[in-house]
Amino acid sequence: MDYPDQAPDALPAAADIATLTIQPTRGWGHLGLADLWRYRELLWFWTTREIKGRYRQMALGPLWVIIKPLLDMVVFTLVFGGLAKLDSEGVPYPLFTYAAIVPWTFFSNAATGSATSLVTKMAVISKVYFPRLIVPISAVLAGLVDLAVTSAVLVIMLVAYGVALSPLALLLPFYVLLAMATALAIGLWSASLAVRFRDLQFVINYGLQLAMYVTPVAYSATLVPERWQTLYRLNPMFWVVEGSRWALLGKGTPPEPLMLVPILAVGLLLVAGAFVFRRSERTVVDLL
Amino acid sequence: MATEPTIRVEALSKRYRIGARERRAGTLREFLVKTAASPFDYLRTALRAATGEETLWALRDVSFEVGRGEVVGIVGPNGAGKSTLLKILSRITEPTGGRAVLHGRVSSLLEVGTGFHRELTGSDNVYLNGAILGMRRREIAAKFDEIVAFSGLETFMDTPVKRYSSGMYMRLAFAVAAHLEPEILLVDEVLAVGDAQFRKKCIGKMGEVAQGGRTVLFVSHNMGVIRDLCPKCLWIDRGRIVRHGASADVIRDYLETLEDTAAEACRRFAENPEHDFQILEARIVDRQGKICERHDCDEPVSLEIACRLRRPVSNLIGYLEVTGLDGTTVLLSESRDQPPNALNAAPLGDSLLRITLPARTLGPTEYRLHLRFTCAQGFSVHSPGFVGILRLEDHRTLRGNQRSGFFSTLLPWEFW
Repeated sequence: MDYPDQAPDALPAAADIATLTIQPTRGWGHLGLADLWRYRELLWFWTTREIKGRYRQMALGPLWVIIKPLLDMVVFTLVFGGLAKLDSEGVPYPLFTYAAIVPWTFFSNAATGSATSLVTKMAVISKVYFPRLIVPISAVLAGLVDLAVTSAVLVIMLVAYGVALSPLALLLPFYVLLAMATALAIGLWSASLAVRFRDLQFVINYGLQLAMYVTPVAYSATLVPERWQTLYRLNPMFWVVEGSRWALLGKGTPPEPLMLVPILAVGLLLVAGAFVFRRSERTVVDLL
Repeated sequence: MATEPTIRVEALSKRYRIGARERRAGTLREFLVKTAASPFDYLRTALRAATGEETLWALRDVSFEVGRGEVVGIVGPNGAGKSTLLKILSRITEPTGGRAVLHGRVSSLLEVGTGFHRELTGSDNVYLNGAILGMRRREIAAKFDEIVAFSGLETFMDTPVKRYSSGMYMRLAFAVAAHLEPEILLVDEVLAVGDAQFRKKCIGKMGEVAQGGRTVLFVSHNMGVIRDLCPKCLWIDRGRIVRHGASADVIRDYLETLEDTAAEACRRFAENPEHDFQILEARIVDRQGKICERHDCDEPVSLEIACRLRRPVSNLIGYLEVTGLDGTTVLLSESRDQPPNALNAAPLGDSLLRITLPARTLGPTEYRLHLRFTCAQGFSVHSPGFVGILRLEDHRTLRGNQRSGFFSTLLPWEFW
């Protein structure tokens, strides 16, 4: 269903005019990917608008993006490295934990952002039509700029600590993709629920905080007892965080066949989540 | 294809779920029990199917057809289902039953400033808004100058839109939507904002759009505009079509029923906790504060409004529109006409607001009063719409009630 380009004030011939039938959808419907593709420019605008609008009228502006992960790094280094004297696989503690904080912060912001996206965008959603999937997707994409900024700090730290980048760093985009897919899966499942049950926002915030401690962000994965390791590694974010360490610092965990289990699970949850989202988007406006 | 209507709506229905009335707790014990149980209650009601008394048919078996190039006005009282119809046709919400077949690209303008980002500049917002309405970047770029020229905001395109007045918001929003070149344009009561001159320009543009073979559906409470713009008219009440036909006839019949139901000079309005500000009652009273059906031209008449402010609204602005029987606007009064804006000092909770029409202002006939409240950006805060009928009579002059014209002002005649 594509609209032909037209000269101003000229109607396309009757046969070219798109026909739209509006009726109740039965069952699960479809994902409407063609429509999503037609609106790809809106996705772009929306994402840039999020980014541009976010830092207007802030004294420190984008600096906030770095301040929070850096503070996390200081706290983790002092508490886990300094007080608890945990092992950091031979890497300076700040570098060791910051390499994990960067992907984790991206993931966590993307997950909360997309989970609450429908609620925060209600004003627009209730007034104009566009493929609703754009909303959670752009919430995830908007985090990429923040990720670039925090990664730049990471590069500076690598240089300061005299760690040379290996070609393995080229694998990092794959881990970013995995983090995005995981965040979007969480977002799709919770976005429509969050409209009905506003409490979900708190559940997600708290859940993500807990999840950070089940993921080796502040400490090394080697501290987890052997018999728990398999279970521990079913967490997709385990692979994102450990993979980033491995690609950057040569420590952490290299890819293993076991990694396919969480990846497949995320893929399934993502597709199923998109269907759930599409199903509830039909009536989400009425719940206001 | 020539015989195929541009919009065909068949038995379209929309059911909304409304909350069942809650029983208030009488004792502390009951209150505690209720509070403890409330999360479960909420879950239970949210998850089970709605019962009969919890549902409201906003539209019921609505069928009509609109041909290519037709401009159709939609009239009806508040809550009749007009906006629901436009929401379904613009795919914001799905119908519960029936179907609608539309031929061509649809663009809708359901509220001023929708999708505008306050922090971004005017030109950024033109692109953003165009994209939301389904335009391609190339298309917007090609039309950009035309859009800006139409809005008349050339010098403000680099200003963040949060510095815009409500009129400016509206200009920009309408300019984008009108230049989208849609085959079908859906417009919901947006022309109420903005100055008369721009309103005229918009109406002209809509007429132009229609002449280019495009189809327009237009919701408005302003009968004058509907009559000028739309040859045909659709009258909806309680989710059903009452009449569909030539505007002059439909509007005349519609206004007659309005009078029957609103003869009383005191109207109550349902409470809605979601509104930050709302009116509870509107009365048309004389100098002594007595509610009267008829008023004397020689006495001031007041509209007394019992209102409730639940949460502070910054820069609340009230609009009172006095219209004649044919829908012409006779008088428009805004709360900010004479600074300071009285509504800025609205106290939290319930209060009484009074708007007074001085003696000997309007001619001795009947008027309809309409109220609307917005915040500074022009977003609607509360739109009760029609609030009552004002009947003025002239008992002093010889001409009395036979006086024609808009005013009853007595002019001095003198030699000098």
